[in-house]
Amino acid sequence: MGKVGVIGVGQSSFVRGYPGSIKELAFEGFSDALKDAQIKTTDIKASVVCSSPEYDKQRSAAGVMAEYLGMTPQPTFYVETLCSSSSTGVKLAYALIESGLHDVVAVVGFQKMSEISSAESQERMGRGADIQWESPFGTMMPAYYAMYAQGHMAKYGTTPDDLALIRVKSATYGQINEKAVYRKPVTFEMFHDPKSPMSNPVASPLRVGDCCANADGSSCIILGNEEMTKRFAKKPVWIRGIGAASTTVNLAGRDVFSGLTAGELAGAEAYKMAGITPQHINVAEVHDCFTIAEMMAYENLGFAKPGEGKDLIKSKETYKEGSIPVNVDGGLLSKGHPIGATGGSQMRTIVLQLRGEAGEMQVKDPEFGLVHNIGGVGLYGNVTIFGR
Amino acid sequence: MGKREVDDRFKKFGTVSFTSITKVNDFVTKLEEGKVSGTCCKGCGKKYFPPRADCAECLSREMDWFDVEGKGILRTYSKLEFAPIGFEADLPYSIALLDYGDYKVFGRLDSSIPDDEVKVGMEMTTATNVLSNGQLNYIFKKA
Ligand SMILES: [Zn+2]
Repeated sequence: MGKVGVIGVGQSSFVRGYPGSIKELAFEGFSDALKDAQIKTTDIKASVVCSSPEYDKQRSAAGVMAEYLGMTPQPTFYVETLCSSSSTGVKLAYALIESGLHDVVAVVGFQKMSEISSAESQERMGRGADIQWESPFGTMMPAYYAMYAQGHMAKYGTTPDDLALIRVKSATYGQINEKAVYRKPVTFEMFHDPKSPMSNPVASPLRVGDCCANADGSSCIILGNEEMTKRFAKKPVWIRGIGAASTTVNLAGRDVFSGLTAGELAGAEAYKMAGITPQHINVAEVHDCFTIAEMMAYENLGFAKPGEGKDLIKSKETYKEGSIPVNVDGGLLSKGHPIGATGGSQMRTIVLQLRGEAGEMQVKDPEFGLVHNIGGVGLYGNVTIFGR
Repeated sequence: MGKREVDDRFKKFGTVSFTSITKVNDFVTKLEEGKVSGTCCKGCGKKYFPPRADCAECLSREMDWFDVEGKGILRTYSKLEFAPIGFEADLPYSIALLDYGDYKVFGRLDSSIPDDEVKVGMEMTTATNVLSNGQLNYIFKKA
């Protein structure tokens, strides 16, 4: 098998209430990636379009995106795995390239969360689980992750204060990421100040400060085979490992409530393919839709032993200067989480890091970077490892 | 032409039911009789909760019903301060997972249990419940 490399990366700013259509939003990330790659749309032989359609009014978005982005008559494919849609899109693009079907493929992720009214959004939130057996009890995404937080706390003695430290870290970097939606600081004290919204309970034991920032946004990753990557990329970054897994939607079908098994399995697959261990990773983007999700990712990816994720954040090892910097672009918590665009944005951050182009967020001379992107409540796990 | 009879009993399940037609509609009739039930495959003996009409292990479609009885262990839970549309009147409420060994049951905690008496690892039982809007579900009570 030949190698698959990154030719270009791009993303829009992540914002509240994007003042344009979904096509115009997607164009921002796409044009950013084309400028980065210095290629023409005719160099792209296929597109993969990724979003979570429950937030789209447009049916079958791949077609309208291919038209607006100028990628007809090339084939286009639509991919959805909730919050990990664009990671899954990258996996499909990888397979399209490795199979020899297409030499350059663009993965366009987008989500205009504000496309539907907040009432419609509220209604959809109630259908986020298995609508037959769990949604009728009144479930919501924060409550599911809260059940994992409760499980983690009961098993390992993790505390709400440990989780707050993760939000404080993400806000540190959200402030220096000009693409982030939430650019204000969050302090540990806010979690204990009844006057701060951050301290308000959402679903025990999670508070407002434990939840990610809602945002509209788009991302684009342009991949190529070895020949095209070498031809177009100034500083080639290669996909070294790629893993994906799933688990049951119904919590009743699961055995572990202190970690996300699909993320762990995807990570193991990606490490094996790359021929490296967690200790080789120099910078990571992990799925922190809630603080507990980042804590579990530390452990599922082998950055910490099970139950010791809290020690990693307490000792600041996941800060930029630490042994394993995680989400030093603000993460989903502060950068924002436009569902279909999130995985592509995480990958953009890692590619910029490996090229040494991450500006103020740059970690020192990384060789390997990892992206961990989860769809649903641990339902879809995706891990992609990049290397120079 | 006569109107076709539709078996939509499942619309009675939960504060808000999102689907009404399923091959395991007897689940709701059993709830009305005070029983919370899963299915057990006649082909391979695998127990399913929530109940299923089809066995993914041996592909059999022959199922027996069994009742959820005795004590389960509380594996995890969360108390919600916000609810989706249609569930606001139930607030605050807690969703939870009970482990019976062979199978697990996802549901709600009995709202009369004080917060400080809820502990992961405690023994609980599953009981049918009539909601204030007349719908049916089941809740976990202290054993
Ligand atoms: Zn069977």
